[in-house]
Amino acid sequence: MNDDAPIFEVSSLSLYYDDFRALKDIDMEIRRYAITALIGPSGCGKSTLLRCFNRMNDLIPTARIEGRILFEGSDLYHPDVDATEIRSRIGMVFQRPNPFPKSIYDNVAFGLKINGYRGDIDEAIERSLRQAALWDEVKDRLKDSALELSGGQQQRLCIARALAVEPEVILMDEPASALDPIATLAIEELVRELSESYTIVIVTHNMQQAARVSHETAFLMAGEDRSGYLVEHGATSQIFTTPKSERTEAYITGRFS
Amino acid sequence: MLRSEYHRDLRSLEDDLLALGSMVEKAIAKSLDALKNRDMALAEQVIEEDDVIDEKRFSLEEQCIDLIATQQPLASDLRTLITVLHVSVELERMGDYAEGIAKISVAMGDEPPLKPLIDIPRMADRCMDMLRRSLDAFVNRDTAEAYQICDDDDEVDALYDQVYRELLVYMMTDPSAIRRATYLLWVAHDIERIADRATNIAERVVFLVTGRLTDTRASTY
Amino acid sequence: MAKSKVNFDPRLARRKMIGGVFYFVFLCAVMVGILSLLVLLTRILMEGLPWLSLGFLTNYPSRHPEIAGIRSAMMGTIWVMALTALFTVPVGVGAAIYLEEYAPKNRLTQLIEINISNLAGVPSIVYGLLGWALFVQIMSMGRVVLAGALTLSLLVLPIVILASREAIRAVPNEYRLGAFALGADQWQVIKGAVLPSAIPGILTGTILALSRAIGEAAPVIAISALVYLTFVPADPFDQFTVMPIQIFNWVGRPQDDFQSLAAAGIIVLLAILLTMNALAVILRNRYQTRSED
Repeated sequence: MNDDAPIFEVSSLSLYYDDFRALKDIDMEIRRYAITALIGPSGCGKSTLLRCFNRMNDLIPTARIEGRILFEGSDLYHPDVDATEIRSRIGMVFQRPNPFPKSIYDNVAFGLKINGYRGDIDEAIERSLRQAALWDEVKDRLKDSALELSGGQQQRLCIARALAVEPEVILMDEPASALDPIATLAIEELVRELSESYTIVIVTHNMQQAARVSHETAFLMAGEDRSGYLVEHGATSQIFTTPKSERTEAYITGRFS
Repeated sequence: MLRSEYHRDLRSLEDDLLALGSMVEKAIAKSLDALKNRDMALAEQVIEEDDVIDEKRFSLEEQCIDLIATQQPLASDLRTLITVLHVSVELERMGDYAEGIAKISVAMGDEPPLKPLIDIPRMADRCMDMLRRSLDAFVNRDTAEAYQICDDDDEVDALYDQVYRELLVYMMTDPSAIRRATYLLWVAHDIERIADRATNIAERVVFLVTGRLTDTRASTY
Repeated sequence: MAKSKVNFDPRLARRKMIGGVFYFVFLCAVMVGILSLLVLLTRILMEGLPWLSLGFLTNYPSRHPEIAGIRSAMMGTIWVMALTALFTVPVGVGAAIYLEEYAPKNRLTQLIEINISNLAGVPSIVYGLLGWALFVQIMSMGRVVLAGALTLSLLVLPIVILASREAIRAVPNEYRLGAFALGADQWQVIKGAVLPSAIPGILTGTILALSRAIGEAAPVIAISALVYLTFVPADPFDQFTVMPIQIFNWVGRPQDDFQSLAAAGIIVLLAILLTMNALAVILRNRYQTRSED
């Protein structure tokens, strides 16, 4: 696959919950091996958009989409595409750390087992934990409950858990919003490192974080009808120094009401 | 999430910058008056008042650093702050040139100028005009005016070139006039530098509005 | 000294007084329960303890109080409870999983849910009569252990379903999302993410439901009115009796000695109940600190 080709191509994407339109005519491309930040005020649909990329919205019975998302050039929502298989290729990390109430080892092993990993599970677990910069902290207590870890460690465990399945994309939904500043910085640094081998899409309500971490930033807003639309998408440095849209400018300078 | 206090601070920062601008403009005007009217006391005053300009510049810089550290300005706010930082340095340097001119006045003492001051005051007028307009362009976020100022610098350069050659002729024909000619040459040079700094401000205005960093001219001096 | 606020009349003394009165009222409310329980327990202990011996546990019932025991009733209770647990846990947990994780949110599901809640409130004698009609009469099992266990299962099942649903509902949705996001399908999500954290709650709920059933006399009386049973059931198709019935019978006798025997029986029943509740607490704690699959 050509590295310059976008990994996701979203065209006129709308998402409805029953009659309510949560997303309206989104057109955007997600660059491969880059970090794309989705920012915008609460209720602008940035998390909803993120969940379109791994079909998490399928789990909400009332949700349906119009328009199209191409993943690696093929329709993500084609009837033949299995959402379960898609989610093993497009990992997700959530707002609050959500390790399963199992051991650290079993948390990482979970994804490997359910997807029928054929290699050496121990090796895969060590590799994932190393990638998530957690190995040194937990290598002597892999059998301990994951719930005994600190919040920041739990979130890195969740990242390791996602990495174990060898995804191509990692979606992150405000991954540091429940963490203290130090743990937040650790996650941000990790995200930067991971972007060398993964495509990352990150939702954040923290503009400084978007500015620090991402290569590209997309700004969404909710219109009069409360449905979210894409205002501007560009290189992060451009969005944060010279946004093209006045609405972006107003939002990131805090003149937004 | 209206950050009203922060935005009030930003606005007062711009006001302070304009205050610094008018202080510098007055210093330039006074230094030229002192030169023309051989007013020693006025020249001394310009030299003294340069300290006030320096202080004002540092206070502006501190305010900028404070806002950057505490408010994490972005987009136009960020560009405004960076512009204020740069422009305050340019203005402070202009103040130094005015001080330089005043010092030459003091050094010349009672000696009459080598030649009647015609081209030099004209240069100074153009310069101060450029300075005023560059600050106006800053206030109005007016890029057209900013580009115009950059073009106007050529005119000052041309005048300087003329003064320079004229003084060169004086020095060649009468070596005893070299010292007095050099005084005037320095004055002309200082004024020319002030004009260059005014174009720098104009370039910053372009950055402020568009986010583009440009060098609008290649100065010959 | 803070400057006095002219716009306020704090009336601190009055507020403190009212607060004190309410504290006392609530304390009394709690004392009513504790004290009556205490009186009851002391009375039973004083009356029953002297009669409690190994022989009491190993002897069969008798007309002579000094050699009467509760062996058959205790073993009957154990038989019935074991079978009840065997029936209710898989069915109850399965039903709870279906209702919480699979069932679409529609009218039918709502109807089922309301019915289960209502069933949990039906008087136990109704279950007894139902069990008698269904298992003893229609299915002609006779008054056997199996019929008793099935009847008690009917009684306990709604409670087990409700408790299990509560436990499953208490599992943070983030666990499910986390598992789905790794590419798990519905059953893998349930098995890997939902059940491990719901099991403590399910166990606790189930054990508490069973310990309610253990003390029920009414439904079992309808199935087995036997008292003088001088053998221990050998298989589910044997006749049986249970402890509440035995105690009930003793209480009904005029002789004082049998009253004391009843008290001793109650002590044994209470001991079994407390053991089961303790087991529930221990299991819950164990799973909460160290839960691995």
